[in-house]
Amino acid sequence: MSRIISLRKAILSGSKNASSVVKESLEKVSKDSNLNCWINIYGKEALEKASEIDEKIKKGEDPGRLCGIPVAVKDNMLVRGMKTTNASRMLNEYISPYTATAVEKMQAAGAIIIGKTNMDEFAMGSSGETSAFGATRNPIDTARSPGGSSSGSAACVSADHVPAALGSDTGGSIRQPAAFCGIVGMKPTYGIVSRYGISPFSSSLDQVGPIASTVLDAAIILEIIAGYDRRDSTSIKKEVPGYAETINDSIQGVKIGIPAEYMQDGTDPPVRDSVLAASELLEKMGAKIKEVSLPLTKYAVSVYYIIAPAEASANLARLDGIRYGLSADSGKDFISDVTASRTEAFGIEVKRRIMLGTYVLSSGYYEDYYIKAQKARTLIKNEFMEVFKDVDLIFAPTSPTTAFKLGEKTGDILKMYLSDVFTISANLAGIPALNLPVGRDSKNLPVGAQFMGNYLSEKLIFRTAHALEKELSSSEKQ
Amino acid sequence: MKNSKYKITIGLEVHVHLKTRTKLFCRCPNLYGSDPNTLICPVCTGQPGTLPVAGRESVRQAVSAALALNCNINEYSIFERKQYFYPDLPKNYQISQYKLPLAENGYIKAGGVKIKIDRVHMEEDAGKLVHREKETLVDYNRGGAPLIEIVSAPEITSPPQAAEYLKKLRQILIYASVSDCDMEKGSMRCDANLSLNLKESSRLGVKTEVKNMNSFKAVENALAYEARRQESLLLEGKNIVQETRLWDEDKNKTAGMRTKEEAHDYRYFPDPDLPPLIVAEAFVEDIRESLPELPAAKMERYIKEMGLEEYDASVLCQERDGADFFESAYEKLEDKKEGIKKLSSWISTELKGKMNAAGLDFKSLEMGPSFLAELVNLIQNGKISGKMAKDIFEIIWTEKRSPAEIVEEKGLSQISGEDKIERLCRKAIEENPALTDKYLSGKEGTIGPLVGFVMKESRGQANPSMVNKKLREILNEKK
Repeated sequence: MSRIISLRKAILSGSKNASSVVKESLEKVSKDSNLNCWINIYGKEALEKASEIDEKIKKGEDPGRLCGIPVAVKDNMLVRGMKTTNASRMLNEYISPYTATAVEKMQAAGAIIIGKTNMDEFAMGSSGETSAFGATRNPIDTARSPGGSSSGSAACVSADHVPAALGSDTGGSIRQPAAFCGIVGMKPTYGIVSRYGISPFSSSLDQVGPIASTVLDAAIILEIIAGYDRRDSTSIKKEVPGYAETINDSIQGVKIGIPAEYMQDGTDPPVRDSVLAASELLEKMGAKIKEVSLPLTKYAVSVYYIIAPAEASANLARLDGIRYGLSADSGKDFISDVTASRTEAFGIEVKRRIMLGTYVLSSGYYEDYYIKAQKARTLIKNEFMEVFKDVDLIFAPTSPTTAFKLGEKTGDILKMYLSDVFTISANLAGIPALNLPVGRDSKNLPVGAQFMGNYLSEKLIFRTAHALEKELSSSEKQ
Repeated sequence: MKNSKYKITIGLEVHVHLKTRTKLFCRCPNLYGSDPNTLICPVCTGQPGTLPVAGRESVRQAVSAALALNCNINEYSIFERKQYFYPDLPKNYQISQYKLPLAENGYIKAGGVKIKIDRVHMEEDAGKLVHREKETLVDYNRGGAPLIEIVSAPEITSPPQAAEYLKKLRQILIYASVSDCDMEKGSMRCDANLSLNLKESSRLGVKTEVKNMNSFKAVENALAYEARRQESLLLEGKNIVQETRLWDEDKNKTAGMRTKEEAHDYRYFPDPDLPPLIVAEAFVEDIRESLPELPAAKMERYIKEMGLEEYDASVLCQERDGADFFESAYEKLEDKKEGIKKLSSWISTELKGKMNAAGLDFKSLEMGPSFLAELVNLIQNGKISGKMAKDIFEIIWTEKRSPAEIVEEKGLSQISGEDKIERLCRKAIEENPALTDKYLSGKEGTIGPLVGFVMKESRGQANPSMVNKKLREILNEKK
């Protein structure tokens, strides 16, 4: 159940080498260019790295846990020497002066970065359609969205260009695209993966995580990228437990709650059916299933669309075209130059959120919006904590629908925002959540369900998701 | 503003550059005067994805400063983002503190008055704009350097008192070794708020904020100008507009920069990249214990324990380096009780006079404190006279040699031998019968000219007090 482990074995045993694995990967990438998964591909550099790995293996040196494994990196993460565009005209030519901690750890483990993946501009979107470089297509049905904002990272794993990718999740940006593309995506506990080198959207919500084709692969990647980083003041000072080593342990007696609010009319029936069927499998494996209630989830979207834009409006302020980035010359003063650059460089969704965020932080509105939203955020957090007194995990749909068509929601912002209704609250609370494909709807589109757990419960989440994944695949085969 | 029906209310906001090794939120060196943009990194130039990490040394110095200003340290304080677009501000927001500052409720005593300090908070500095004929360049070396902002209560009542407050503040912070407080280099900057109200009224008037004052004198002049400007407006029955005004040193006046309506809405909010700053009590106590003796305490010690006059003590305590100089010289005095007064006056007048003339401060002074102690010792034990000491001091100053050595070499030693003095005294009495008679008839004032005679005879090398004593002895025998 691990693409990474079997590839690694093949490379180490000599039945394949890193160079051929990378070449294969690059071939798939170029064959699938219609999917528009990638913004910049670094084939030459990847092949160079691969031959370095092959050399190391030849010399008998330790090539690392991810030796020769081709991976994708969302284009909001900096990799020294590579462009980091954030799918924005603003940073179209921006070359990263340093490498993000999470990426550095992947590289140190021997992973080979094939390129940077397409995304919603500055991670603001749920469909991939706000990218300045055009929408990514869902490999399962190219007329459909792969979800967003980690659109390319999810699509390229789903299309098997690479076994794993890094994404970032601010309101569901790893889990929702993983759900739409039928793969695994994990948003870890806030603070366990360093945010250093991740272009910030909403600093208190952003979290880097793995996107992979199996639970075990996601666990392996998270083990590698997690850990305290002194360059990130919000990073948690705690050792990373081995997620993979206990992944096969039994889930006997694990208490799992299904929140009633996630299974009502707003959720498509095929999604509900798949989640219910999966919960029955969990019960069969010895888990204890019970209904729980998370009534405050309905406020999550409203709270999110105050806090996230507020932070984003400040985070994106540095993009003024003065030191780097697209620079328009107004022929007038400083502020006119900045206005001209930002007007030209940012897409409509980014502008909308900057305005929204600027508004809610303005004097006279701050107390009514930002402070109130922070209070509501605390209530949502507390509600989760209450539920976790009762159950070990929460199991719920990742998205109320399966992948929607490209263009279907672009005209209706609220509808688009509501597609994140089930994922946002885990970000607000800072808790870990993992998407697992649990079935297909009548159009054969994947249905994703998420396990949410208490802080630092990644180990339990991986173990439970892994058990269900195994059970699902064996019942599929029957 | 004398005889005015208005009284002045001033509040000062002072920014002080901390002299840490590194910047506040990154590990770039915190230095002044390097080539432009050589002390920068991805963090302090606001590259995407970079994050601030508060430096322990900056926090430590900020706490030191706040303690030296008698503030309460908040165990829990918050860094916030102060947002405005300006090319010297790489992130287009400044990380500062707003609602919950590092420290509050302090005071300093300036000119005998206790002035309350509302708050001391930490923030990062911006870069520096360099304007050229057709372009403006930015130097980010200073960007991200640690600053503290010290906000006084609006309790200052005159421009001279404002200058007095600043001098005192500067003195304390230099003592606490947290800053150079050099207004010319920009390591100390001051903005002022000033308003007038009727003497009998307790309601404060509309204030204006004055910026761009680059010396204590400028602060005093700008505030005096601003007070007069406001007064004449009020006397004409006009209203004061709440605005920010810039001091123009050359024109000697303030000019409006922006009104309240044009003021920035800074959209402060807690920086999500930085958790609350927790300053543990033990950390604060550790800093409190390691704080050097501050000027007020030092002055008290000089007066109470060493027996100096208040004025002398205050002159010696003006600068920490000066006080250190005094104290190490004091240690070397042979007769501390009698010599201290002399030492103090030698430092305050002769030495400081020389230093001022040469443009030196105690740091750059080559002459060691032991030379001065030696000099005072020589006077004290009668080896040289005060007048000779002045000549010797000249030589010490230019040649940087020990006074004993100079005395020896030039044979300048004072005549203290009883025999020689007695001989000279007898000679004086013999050659000045008129003066002698006057003395013997009860006009003891004539002893002065007789001493003068002896001094002249000895070419200034006789010990005058011994001469005085000996003359009286001989004359009294004749009575």
